[in-house]
Amino acid sequence: MNAIAVEPFSSSLRCYWLEARCEFLRVLRAPAFAVPTLVFPPMFYLLFGVLLNGGHGGKATSYLLATYGVFGVMAPGLFGFGVAMALDRERGFLALKRAMPTPPAAMLLAKMAMAMIFAAMISVILASLALTLGHVTLAPLQLVQLFAVNVLGVLPFCAIGLYIGTVASGQAAPAVINLLYLPMAFLAGLWMPLSMLPALFAKLAPVWPAYHLAQVALSVVGLDDGGSVAVHVLVLAAISALFFGLARRRLARA
Amino acid sequence: MATQALDRMAPLARLRGARKAYGKVQALDGIDLEIHAGELLAVLGPNGAGKTTAIGLLLGLVGADAGEATLFGQLPQQLAARRGIGVMLQSAGIPDTLQVGELLELTRSYYAAPRSVADCVAMAGLGGLLKRRYGKLSGGQQRRVQFAMAICGRPKLLFLDEPTTGLDIEARQTLWRAIRELLAQGCGVLLTTHYLEEAEALADRVIVVNGGRVIAQGSVQQIRAHVSQRRIRCVSTLEAETIGRWPQVRSAARHDDRIEIVADSAEVVVRRLLSEDPALEELEVERAGLADAFVALTRNAHDEIVNQKEAA
Repeated sequence: MNAIAVEPFSSSLRCYWLEARCEFLRVLRAPAFAVPTLVFPPMFYLLFGVLLNGGHGGKATSYLLATYGVFGVMAPGLFGFGVAMALDRERGFLALKRAMPTPPAAMLLAKMAMAMIFAAMISVILASLALTLGHVTLAPLQLVQLFAVNVLGVLPFCAIGLYIGTVASGQAAPAVINLLYLPMAFLAGLWMPLSMLPALFAKLAPVWPAYHLAQVALSVVGLDDGGSVAVHVLVLAAISALFFGLARRRLARA
Repeated sequence: MATQALDRMAPLARLRGARKAYGKVQALDGIDLEIHAGELLAVLGPNGAGKTTAIGLLLGLVGADAGEATLFGQLPQQLAARRGIGVMLQSAGIPDTLQVGELLELTRSYYAAPRSVADCVAMAGLGGLLKRRYGKLSGGQQRRVQFAMAICGRPKLLFLDEPTTGLDIEARQTLWRAIRELLAQGCGVLLTTHYLEEAEALADRVIVVNGGRVIAQGSVQQIRAHVSQRRIRCVSTLEAETIGRWPQVRSAARHDDRIEIVADSAEVVVRRLLSEDPALEELEVERAGLADAFVALTRNAHDEIVNQKEAA
């Protein structure tokens, strides 16, 4: 029994590292997830942000850099967490992990790390396209800020995805998430500014978590609605806490 | 020495008066069981008997409504307790895209003093599979990977839920050898299986569960003794129907030129068979196997429950 107490700290850290590595590899090797997640946001950005804008580095190109970043990081959060969790639950992998001496937080932290790495990759790809083909000029601090917004901004969507994954079946989860993902992206002004949409949409926009993250990202490039960034961050934190809490309750009962 | 002897006496895992209901269905209706070091306990029962729920309680996957479940004297939900166990569940749902070596490395990292990868490969028969993706393996190979994951942490107690489903005979023998080796090293094993010959070959003790209760327990011999019947087979021209009406005979049936008789006492029936058909050939008398006992036990329990309901 004492062997457990004196177990070296490094070996318990090792399992967190391996868990995250396996989670990342697992998702990266699933083309149905990895390809749309890594290819669609840059492709749309190239098309709508760069080519259709003539590549002049105008306002639209900066605006869409910020919002496609948000669109991009929603996917690893919602799909990476939601679909994987629903499948793990349905197929018994979650039960196996809980029966094995997996540290309770390891699976969750691993999935979070996976989502953040994907978010970082998307952020870097988009910024590279913007700076080269898009001729966007951004100060180094702005680039760092955008990167941070993307990598941390994935977390509320992890929480939402996690909750959906604990409620929906493996079959239903992708459909449920797509129903949430695509309309929310549109209604939160990720594809075109809310000012170009009917006024009702702009009024409703604060309902969507993606709107708040988009406003934080847009504040970095000076194109936000002028609301308080602190309030947006607070809303995102509250959404994260709410859905993590709901998911925990679901998992504890299951 | 004294404490070591005590350790050996204390069960590795125990259920005491465990009850669990899902809605109106009473999955477990007061179950007691203990698993000790170095022994294999086979839990048998028809589908829906409560085996999976009983294992779920011991693994901390479900909580008991009443009674208690302990692992090494601790709650199964405690990580320290689960570090002493290895688990192979019926449906593992392991991600297809991970390689066998990655899965083993990850599972080994949960334990303080795991077996080497080479040992796991040898014991589970995974030679040449480490670089393969789990989803590309055959069903039998996947079961072997799951077994390797279960034993890689040098568990003191191993849970094997239908471990050989989908395995061919050779793979099953390899697994049985590995299980015997673990038992000899003092590992306790809780096995559920649909293959009664598996329980017959491996189990030190058997408990038969039905309707959420233990309806019989003991050694394989003791369980078999619940059924005193004998099975008699021979090639004969006698009418099966006629034999069926003989005293001591429970049933008689013809399969082509063979007659199969189930009788309470073999001697009386065999004597009469031989006197009535001098040309009788290929006579075999067999004691009831675990399978016969199992069928009889679970049928009796079912009848009892039905009778109780009718009486009430």
